[in-house]
Amino acid sequence: MLRLFEYNLKLAVKNIRRNPILSALMVAAIGIGIGASMSMVTVNYRFSLNPIPQKSDVLHYIRLDNWSADFPFNEGRNPPNQMTYLDATALLRAKHAYRQVAMSRSTLAVEPEGRDERPFFVDVRATTADFFAMFDVPFRYGTGWGADADDAAEQVAVLNTTTTERLFGDDNPVGRTVRLSGQDYRIVGVIEDWEPMPKFYDSSNGPTNSGEDIFIPWSLVVAKELPRAGNTNCWKPLEGSGLQAFLNSECIWIQFWAELRNSAEREEYVNFLNAYVTEQKALGRFPRPLDNRATPVMEYLREQGAVPDEARVLLGLSLLFLVVCLLNTIGLLLAKFLGKATEIGIRRALGASRRVLFQQYLVEAGIIGFTGGILGLGFTWLGLEGIEMQFADEEASRILVMDWNMALLAVALAIIASLVTAIYPTWRACSVQPAAYLSSN
Amino acid sequence: MLTMTNVSKTYRTDTVQTQALREFSLHIHEGDFVAVTGPSGSGKTTFLNITGLLETFDSGKYDLDGRDVANLSDHELSRLRNEKIGFIFQNFNLIPDLNVFDNIDVPLRYRGFTAAERKQRIDEALKRVGLSGRAKHLPSQLSGGQQQRVGIARALAGSPRFLLADEPTGNLDSQMAQGVMELLEEINAAGTTIIMVTHDPDLAKRAKREVHVRDGLIQGTDGN
Repeated sequence: MLRLFEYNLKLAVKNIRRNPILSALMVAAIGIGIGASMSMVTVNYRFSLNPIPQKSDVLHYIRLDNWSADFPFNEGRNPPNQMTYLDATALLRAKHAYRQVAMSRSTLAVEPEGRDERPFFVDVRATTADFFAMFDVPFRYGTGWGADADDAAEQVAVLNTTTTERLFGDDNPVGRTVRLSGQDYRIVGVIEDWEPMPKFYDSSNGPTNSGEDIFIPWSLVVAKELPRAGNTNCWKPLEGSGLQAFLNSECIWIQFWAELRNSAEREEYVNFLNAYVTEQKALGRFPRPLDNRATPVMEYLREQGAVPDEARVLLGLSLLFLVVCLLNTIGLLLAKFLGKATEIGIRRALGASRRVLFQQYLVEAGIIGFTGGILGLGFTWLGLEGIEMQFADEEASRILVMDWNMALLAVALAIIASLVTAIYPTWRACSVQPAAYLSSN
Repeated sequence: MLTMTNVSKTYRTDTVQTQALREFSLHIHEGDFVAVTGPSGSGKTTFLNITGLLETFDSGKYDLDGRDVANLSDHELSRLRNEKIGFIFQNFNLIPDLNVFDNIDVPLRYRGFTAAERKQRIDEALKRVGLSGRAKHLPSQLSGGQQQRVGIARALAGSPRFLLADEPTGNLDSQMAQGVMELLEEINAAGTTIIMVTHDPDLAKRAKREVHVRDGLIQGTDGN
């Protein structure tokens, strides 16, 4: 059996080399089809990955519908995708979940210690103490800060590895300070480079954005009046001016997450939210009907359209294109295999059964498919490069990379597609009556 | 050894039926050398194809070396063909992009011989047909007579019980034909049964027995 396979392999390579142009056309057809479809499969796959599989069922994004009675948020399909300061602080104080996190983005300037180095901007996540445990953030040095640091608005910071290496080289910086926009922050921890994909914990500000460089207590946003980055939406004008007016407003700019370990905790938490909102309604807020949600990670990502509709449509079109390429390959294989009818007749006369010849030609098709798959990987890379160029958001480029799973899938898809494609031409070729091609009459 | 009893074969198209063999009966002994003669369209090639298990028949019985071939699967027929039958064709039917060695190797590969066994058999077969130094040549680099000798070597390499030759000298000049015919006689003398289809009465006379076919029927049998 192995000897025959080895023989079939040798014959396949010989046949492919004997018709280099025809073989190249088939490889190109499969390669282009695979490239087009795998580019779109990769886009869909990368966008629909579970960014935190070990906890995605227990982490819930919390939303309250504080929007206008006349102009519902997102046409009433979903409640607002962020939270007001009033509500976030109230929920934090209530401590009703096993863990809860309120957070927002900021941008600060790092002022390095050395006089020669110039300041540079960093992305900052202002968050509460539970963030690191809740999202399983891996630490290289030290730890996060405690709830007391939140309460006291302590100037402490956790750095990511890239920022740490930039500022301190390979040294452990825990206990040292980093100067951010004119203020000293004591470094309490350094995390490994942690970039969940998609960036689920703040998808409202771009699911493809990279992770932050520095993490600080969220209470500092108010205490130090730090600049806010990211989306802010308001449905009515502020009553007054200044920070306090903004904090008392119905403007949403905060992401709020709760860790609810089972369905009972989730149900209980939603009841708590409803009770809270009912109470607020009595104070003249929340004019809309109750729509308060605790949504698990993957459900939230799907709802937010982490996989763009365009990507799904293009996936369908690219698969159709693959089918067209394979139909072309069927035609080419048919021409090639039927052109070998005399050789098939000779081999039949010399003792090859239909099954043996079927195997021989499938091996040949498999090699063409494998080569097409390798070429398809190249086309996939080109396709992803092309798609990246279409994204306005440069950060999208880091999501559009092929991993080993996708590369193996591309080659496997090419081989399977070519084998399926080869079945009909091979069957036709093996069905020839040998006598008709051997006779001299 | 090889017995056909009342074998019939009809080719059918949408509009035409052609009866190629009618109640055809023939017995061939071990070591026989039978020449099958007859005009074009008489059914002799159909007889040879059925004998070589390349075609099926509609009715009758065909025993090859004691086995009734009527109900064998394609796989079993192929195995039987590979082990017991060697073919020699008028137009040689060598595979053009395989060299001499690889052409002779084809039936041995399907037989499952080891590389060493195959090499030994190929070397012996080439020596027997006088082409020992041509193993690496492509068919296109050989004369017609040499190509036919390669065809014979390929047929012999698997040590078949039967050699089926379809006009083996039809594409050769008289000198080459003479050489090929002498080779066939030598092979037959060594014990291999040969069934040869030919138009040439002189060649037919050199066989041990001549069977004349017309309209799918045996018209006469002569022992030489």
